[in-house]
Amino acid sequence: MIRIQDLKKVSDYEWEIPKSYRQDMRVAVRLFVTRRLLEAALQDLSIEQAINAATLPGVVEPVVVMPDMHQGYGFPIGGVAATRYPNGVISPGAIGYDINCGVRLLASTIPLEAAQPRLDDLANALNHYCPSGVGSEGLIHLSTAELDAVCRQGARWALKKGMASEEDLRRTEENGCLEGADPGKVSQRAKQRGMAQLGTLGAGNHFIEVDVVDQIYDAEAAAAMGLQEGMLTLMIHCGSRGFGHQICTDYVQDLQSAVKRYGIQLPDRELVCAPLDSPEGQNYLAAMRSAANYAFCNRQILAHHARRAFEEVFAGSGLRWQLHQVYDIAHNMGKVENHEVNGRKMKVCVHRKGATRAFGPGNPELPDVYKPIGQPVLVPGSMGTASWVLIGTEDSMARSWGSTCHGAGRVLSRNKAKKDFRGERLRNELEQSGIHVRAGSMSGLAEEAPMAYKDVDEVVETVSGAGIARKVARLRPVIVIKG
Amino acid sequence: MSKAGFEEVQHTADWALRVWAPNRSELFRQAALGMNALMGLRLQDGAEQRVEFHLSAEDDESLLVSFLNEVLFYLEIDRIGFEDFPVKLNNSRLDAELWGKPIRSIEKPIKAVTFHNLVVRRGEDGLEARLVFDV
Repeated sequence: MIRIQDLKKVSDYEWEIPKSYRQDMRVAVRLFVTRRLLEAALQDLSIEQAINAATLPGVVEPVVVMPDMHQGYGFPIGGVAATRYPNGVISPGAIGYDINCGVRLLASTIPLEAAQPRLDDLANALNHYCPSGVGSEGLIHLSTAELDAVCRQGARWALKKGMASEEDLRRTEENGCLEGADPGKVSQRAKQRGMAQLGTLGAGNHFIEVDVVDQIYDAEAAAAMGLQEGMLTLMIHCGSRGFGHQICTDYVQDLQSAVKRYGIQLPDRELVCAPLDSPEGQNYLAAMRSAANYAFCNRQILAHHARRAFEEVFAGSGLRWQLHQVYDIAHNMGKVENHEVNGRKMKVCVHRKGATRAFGPGNPELPDVYKPIGQPVLVPGSMGTASWVLIGTEDSMARSWGSTCHGAGRVLSRNKAKKDFRGERLRNELEQSGIHVRAGSMSGLAEEAPMAYKDVDEVVETVSGAGIARKVARLRPVIVIKG
Repeated sequence: MSKAGFEEVQHTADWALRVWAPNRSELFRQAALGMNALMGLRLQDGAEQRVEFHLSAEDDESLLVSFLNEVLFYLEIDRIGFEDFPVKLNNSRLDAELWGKPIRSIEKPIKAVTFHNLVVRRGEDGLEARLVFDV
């Protein structure tokens, strides 16, 4: 097991594991952590898993780990690994099962004070319009042809169905659609799982939250995003549902033989991979992009449902119920991007698993409104605690593959959380502190207890201190809808 | 310790299970029973539905993951679960003839079975494996 003395301290917010630490490492690992968070991370296998990621063929220096890291399977949650394009590898396990799990934020001009008497109704309406829970099915049952169209068009499919605006798409990563998706590379089994789940939240740590803008740290950036202190916002956290899970399951299984074929040695079978330019790598890339587009469309439809809920509750109240999109960004994705490495432009496949893209100002990928300030980064906290809006920086481009943290990061196992906390009691405590809670399962609620997570404020202070993101606004929850 | 069984082990983000058995088919059975227990699966009374499937894989780990993912697929798509898993294993092939019942409730679903550090080990008392689930 790695010990703290095996790491080199670079600054108060940055540590490094040199590639000499283990013989099979191809590159160093850079950790954006304080000493306290590092000591906590040493309690589980997250750092070992980051070291394992540093053995992937074609990986480019360095593998990066965020302060919200925790143990995953194969690859740590909070990890970022860039591999050389096209002859490095792509690894489904380094992207995760919930492909394009991500966050969407919408802003309103409804003051919390004015909304207060209607928050209970709003919680009911959101719970009614946004189906949640295990294997939950939505109002949309897709045919195979329609599902294929969703895979190719992403959020644009929702636009054609009247469930999005052009402005929503402009304020979504990749305009809500990754090029190169091919539903022909997706199994029938995945399609069966995907057909009935579009427009649903699912279970686990996914949620819809209504927050109030609690504090603004960067007035210019907040103004560009339409965020005003004291006003309500809506946050959606979910991904590609069973569709993405099945695609990851299928390819982790299929690539077990590919690694043998390509003579790739791995420390953990969950890291299976294939060269990006191999048929296997290309097939996975095309299938993964299909799931990513499904997830963009899923969050778009949930946003449409949430708008219906806001309209139902606030129309006629004299309050403007409209919600405008701030941004939608993934935190589980593999993307082919251009980065500068040792002063030279390089095309790489950036694997982000539990890490958010955080492009700095001027990046051509950003919509015009965000080019001067940098890309919005949406960081949900644990249930009942604050969430954050950040922006990407020049430093995140230079030092962390244009990436930053994605959330609070677990510290307690689900099992321990269930033993230590009772769902009913937790719900009562949240309600007493003024947060309206709707949850499908009390044991699920207990697993997501805020005490099972790190302090999101500490995580944000760390990325902000390290310079790989800048604080824009802090949000405080008033409604939580959980599957 | 009994000759075959399962127990939950700690994992920060997800669920993990240790399973042990004197032989492969019992190991697979215990893994599926353990998965049912973790999910808090409850089935309805009444008519049973016969389900038959055949799988093959190049090693025990791949076959075990395939088998458990197959069971999860029936849970999610057909909404049926199984009380027992009498599977037959012959080298790299698995034959299952199971009797399913409609789901009454699931406390918490498992979304996928992973290969994370998965090794089917042979020890003094038989076989052992540790499985990590994505939830």
